This record gives sequence, structure tokens and C-alpha cells, in this order.
Amino acid sequence: MPLKFFALLLLCQLLGEIFTVWTRLPVPGPVVGMVLLFVGLVLRGGVDDGLGRVVDGLLSHLSLLFVPAGVGVMLHVAMLREEWLAISVALVLSTLVTLVATGLVMTALTGRIERRDRER
Amino acid sequence: MDRDLALGDIWVYLSASPLLHLTLTVGAYLLGDWLFQRSGRRAVLNPVLLAVIVLVVFLVATGTDYQTYFAGAQFVHFMLGPATVALAVPLYRNLPLIRRLWLPILAAILTGALVSATSTVWVAHLLGASRQTPMSLAPKSVTAPVAMGITEKVGGLPSLSAALVVLTGVLGAVIGTWVLALVRVRDDRARGIALGVTSHGIGTARAFQISDTAGAFAALAMGLMALISAFALPFAFRWVFGG
Repeated sequence: MPLKFFALLLLCQLLGEIFTVWTRLPVPGPVVGMVLLFVGLVLRGGVDDGLGRVVDGLLSHLSLLFVPAGVGVMLHVAMLREEWLAISVALVLSTLVTLVATGLVMTALTGRIERRDRER
Repeated sequence: MDRDLALGDIWVYLSASPLLHLTLTVGAYLLGDWLFQRSGRRAVLNPVLLAVIVLVVFLVATGTDYQTYFAGAQFVHFMLGPATVALAVPLYRNLPLIRRLWLPILAAILTGALVSATSTVWVAHLLGASRQTPMSLAPKSVTAPVAMGITEKVGGLPSLSAALVVLTGVLGAVIGTWVLALVRVRDDRARGIALGVTSHGIGTARAFQISDTAGAFAALAMGLMALISAFALPFAFRWVFGG
């Protein structure tokens, strides 16, 4: 029964929202819900077939879900006209350094661990 | 009866009902997705980007304001919450990858989270962006549903974040492998982690085109990046900007 698993997702989100309001932590409620579900999966030691199907269905069109928010940029046209250069430069530069830094750290440390494993 | 008047009546009825903008949202996305598939899944033709452009053009042309549009689109928007919770499942499924390489993976993702947020905020600030802009830019490499949640918590503009997240995703997916080859990162696991950290779901889709290994590592990186950023960024902002 897939509805049961959809209810589970909603319940995790609700508990997450309650938790963040209650503790006043500046963390998004759904992310706390994600942690709750993750802990549940680890404790259970697997993903139920029904839950897997509901989740795969929901996530297969994840990008549709941020279209309404994306259209909201039309509210910020005036601000974008003023700041488009700062935003574009920051976005491009940061994307470049993030790619390079992450890739290099991963390569360097993976290489070191695999060399060590071979020497053993 | 005058035909134009009848059409006008239908428009008045439709534009007041949430059904029209809900249908248009799904329709524009399907159109974008169709073009994306037809192009052989080229990252530049991102379905979200195409859908947003089509919808904004339509709303401006018909003189519809965002509030009216959102009254219909909110039914799609609402699903972001449960979808964010659902991200726990792919994260759990990809967890076995972490075993032997947990240290390099965590170090790389932490580095990426730190570099991504600080470099955007710093550059935007240097170039004279207003206060809300860096806050909306900071989670640009985080998957959109989580990024919007973070922006909301730190007092930025979630809708601006949504657009910037998609742009970052597309940019990273288009230039990613080329930039990584330039600095001699050719290992599929490292390429996957870098793409997932930088360009979330769009980068992950690109990584799956390289190999299944790259894709799995990218998906893992995307999930952990979202988790780390959601817990670290709001506190970092409080600490840096006060309040």
C-alpha cells in the first residue's frame, strides 16, 4: 500500500518541522525529516519495496517541483538588473573553484589510501 | 454573441482558477523535458530552465502576477517537503560506497561545501551585491529543495536561490569534466564527487553519462552536501552576520 509510505514521508516532515520550531534551530524542517527517515532506514537495515517505489516515483520528477519557485525570479527583475554582474561572476568563479578543490582533495586522498593498501 | 467577448469570458474564468496555472506548470515542464530528451540529454537544455523561461514569458505577456500564478502552482511546490525527506532513501542506498573511502569522501565534500559557500559570498560581497544576494547565493551548489529551505532560514530570497541553483547545476554539468581534466582529475570516483558537490542533481545526471561509478559517487556527494550545508550554513551566517 503506497499511501502508507507517503504518509510516512509527511510524518517525518511534520516531526522535522515541529522539532525545528521547538528547538529554534535554523535548519530546514524537511532536512530534519530526512535525517529521521535515514536513521529509521539504518535501524531497519533496508528499504521496503513499497517505500522504494513511492520515493522513486516522487524523485523521478524532482526537478518539476522547483519550477514554481524558479518562476519567482520574475519578482526580482529590478534587483537582478542592478546586480547581475556580481551574481554571474560569483556564480562562475565559485563553480570553478568548487569543482577543482573537491576533485583535487578526493584524488589526492584516494590515491594515498590506495597506495597504502597496496603496500600492506 | 460576440466571439471575442466569449473568449474573454473564458479567460476571466480560467485565470481566476488555480487549475490553469497548475496545468501550465506541468505542461511547460513536460515541454522542457521533451526538448531535453530530444537533444540527447544536453545539460544546456535543462527542463527546469526551459519551463521557467516559457512560464515567465507567458505570465508577463498575459499580465498575470506571481501571486495569481502561485495560487495554482503551489500544489506542485508543496511536494518539495516530502521529496526532501525522500532523499534519505538514495542517500541510504549509496552509503555502501563510503566504506573504504569514507575519509577522502568526507574531506572532499566538506572542502566543497566550505569553498562553494565562502567563495560565492565573498565574490558577491566584493562586487557590491546587496545584503540578501549573498544569502541567496550561498547554497547555490545544494540541491534545490534543500537550498530553498536554507535560504529561507537565513533570510535570503528562496525563489532567487532556486534559479541560481539550477544555473549552477547547468554550468557545472557543462564545463565540469573539461575543468577536471585540466587539473588532471580523471578518476571516475573523484569526477563523480566533484560533479555531485558542485552541481547537485544536474551534475549527478551528467556523472551517470560518464559511468555508473561516477553517477553513484555523485548521488552520494549530492546527498551529503545537502545534509552538511543545511546544518552548517545557517549557523555560519548567524556567526558571520550576527542576528
